[in-house]
Amino acid sequence: MTLLISPIAIPLLTATLCLLLRDSRAAMRVVSLLGTFALAYAGALLYLNVETAGPISAQMGGWDGPFGITLVADLLSATLVMLTGLVGLFVVIFGYSDLTFGEERNGHMVFAQVLLAGVCGAFLAGDLFNLYVWFEVMLIASFGLLVVGGKSIQIDGAVKYVGLNLIATTAMLAGIGLIYGASGGLNLAHLHQLLDGRSGEPAVLMAAALLLFAFATKSAMFPLFFWLPAAYHTPSHTTSTLFAALLTKVGVYTLLRVFTLVFDLQHPLIQSLLWVSGVLTLAVGVFGAIHEVQARRVLAFLVMVSIGIMTLGMAAGDVAALKGTLLYLMQTLIVTAALFMAVGCVAYLSGTERLDEMGGLWRSHPVVGGLFVLVMLGVAGIPPTSGFWPKVVLIDAFASEQHWGLVIAVALGSLGTLYAVMRLFSAAFWQEPKAPLPGLMLDFNRAAPMTALAVLVVGLGVSAEFLIQVADSASASLMDPKLYVERVLGARE
Amino acid sequence: MDILLTLVTGVLVAGASYLMMAGTLVRFLLGLVLISNAVNLIIFVSGRLTYAGPPLIDSASKTVAEGAANSLPQALILTAIVIGFGLFAFTLALSLRAYSQLGTDAADEMREAEPEDRT
Amino acid sequence: MNSLVLSTITRILAPLLLVFSVFILLRGHNDPGGGFIGGLIAAIAFILISKAEGRRQAMVALRVRPLSIAGTGLLMAIVAGFWGLIAKGAFLKGIWPLIVYNADGSKGGLPIGSILLFDLGVFLVVIGGVCGIFFNLEKAVGEDTD
Repeated sequence: MTLLISPIAIPLLTATLCLLLRDSRAAMRVVSLLGTFALAYAGALLYLNVETAGPISAQMGGWDGPFGITLVADLLSATLVMLTGLVGLFVVIFGYSDLTFGEERNGHMVFAQVLLAGVCGAFLAGDLFNLYVWFEVMLIASFGLLVVGGKSIQIDGAVKYVGLNLIATTAMLAGIGLIYGASGGLNLAHLHQLLDGRSGEPAVLMAAALLLFAFATKSAMFPLFFWLPAAYHTPSHTTSTLFAALLTKVGVYTLLRVFTLVFDLQHPLIQSLLWVSGVLTLAVGVFGAIHEVQARRVLAFLVMVSIGIMTLGMAAGDVAALKGTLLYLMQTLIVTAALFMAVGCVAYLSGTERLDEMGGLWRSHPVVGGLFVLVMLGVAGIPPTSGFWPKVVLIDAFASEQHWGLVIAVALGSLGTLYAVMRLFSAAFWQEPKAPLPGLMLDFNRAAPMTALAVLVVGLGVSAEFLIQVADSASASLMDPKLYVERVLGARE
Repeated sequence: MDILLTLVTGVLVAGASYLMMAGTLVRFLLGLVLISNAVNLIIFVSGRLTYAGPPLIDSASKTVAEGAANSLPQALILTAIVIGFGLFAFTLALSLRAYSQLGTDAADEMREAEPEDRT
Repeated sequence: MNSLVLSTITRILAPLLLVFSVFILLRGHNDPGGGFIGGLIAAIAFILISKAEGRRQAMVALRVRPLSIAGTGLLMAIVAGFWGLIAKGAFLKGIWPLIVYNADGSKGGLPIGSILLFDLGVFLVVIGGVCGIFFNLEKAVGEDTD
């Protein structure tokens, strides 16, 4: 119980304390560092517990399932909560140097903690309506984070982000209403029993379509991605890192969770939708990343590439492909955070974010360049980094099912990604700078989390068994959720 | 009654879509209000419309009386209304800020984040 | 705004609304009412003051900054949740420390406990949140020039 509630309660408590202490910058910093540290610790404890004992569940207020509010952690959610805590910790440290005084005073830390609570809540939610509530918590926090800087460009980005995401959550709520009308339940495990064998009914398919729309918008799939490249490059680097690492991944996670537990991922209609959307997301991501001249917009499109690859994994839909998708989901959380942070450092050192104005960093900052190469390899999926394994698993899964189109799509996508990140690298490090560099050095608060994440990218690639084993058993339990259902509703029939 | 409410939902969604696609922030906001009400109606109808008493437990008994209304859709709608209220307030504030800072109400004219000249 | 009618009425209405909001809050456990509605009613009292006397005056009447009120409320709600977790092993479980069971099995004592604390938290969050949003909107519109 304590284990399940603490990943949500700790950030909420931290946010509250930050709100009450908002007059003192130092106090907010200490509190949010301690809070995220506690969150990472709680996430690790949760992972260790679930890893040995299997899925655990808890009922809020002691009201029994399927009627009470349920929190559930299986291996997938526990691992994601742990990674969320870890990324949160690094991002808080990075923010010490990256955030301006105004952003901190306007409540960046409060919103960031609420965002972490919302993300962890979405990973742990055991019923659809609770999931909706956590999505809204996440959404409100992300709105706040987008506008704390108050610059025109941020307001502009926020308008697009807010508009499209509000439509998505409204669709989600409508889908939840329909599914309740069709089945009389909202608890995911209960719905799994109620809708067993009914996945083809029109009402269920309609609800599935609405939820697919909502989750696809959240994870920025084609053609619902427009908010992402419009907003991700506008806030501070800290906020961008937090968003890119966590938000779209929550969309993919919920899609996986709901479409394996409640609906049928292998329904031909859903399959073909995911198939088309995945290929087009990948294509838009690659072309956008190659075309853009603003560094963080390149990254925003690279996030879409990763979403596209995961969508293709879900489109294939068998256990092996899901294993690859989960592996990709877990490692891309770390890799994306590392990439956004690295670009944050590069932008700080070169004083600009435009690729045609950058340059010359290799001579002055070779160590940063080295770390950037590691992260870059991770994004493109080249050994020895962690990005390599999920692609191997995915391509293997596609090839064994003779989905040659998917194999080609993933391969071309990786090639495009490699080109895009190399373009980024050569612009920032090798190109002759247009203007003399500002001559800055990286401070500890920026360098330490970036280095730690880059090391993690390589570490998770060298000792890949850890994540592969997690993905292996998590994908098996996604496809056969008997234990999950049993742990939520009890062993009764 | 179900059919009437379903039709009302459809009209609300149609109106909301029209307003939201008009391209100005104020209309978008009004559309948002309409569509969230439409969704609340969907949940309401999903909970089945019956002639029933209020789902209140009087102090003498432990459970709701026979024939009480389904209280779950009401709880869901209440939550959705509260959340929608918060989001609407935020969006209103944001629109106001966007209007005063960007000098326009039309979404198409907001090109700060995505400038047209990108060479 | 400068209206004699509104400011006179406000002087009577605002205290009444505040008392009524506490009544609604306490009534909420067994009857329609509760922290959310009570908080909204209390917020209306302060919004009325701000309409009649200006935003400054309403801030003075609130004494504490709106967001601090909301933060305190949030803290109370979280504490209420942990109270249930520590005492009964379930987060948000209702705890009634002052309820006593008489010999004949009937309940006595005061029904005050973690639920009321939670509701009070909601009450404060709503007052703080709504007042905060309203004051900021009013500031942005710039109507308030005193």
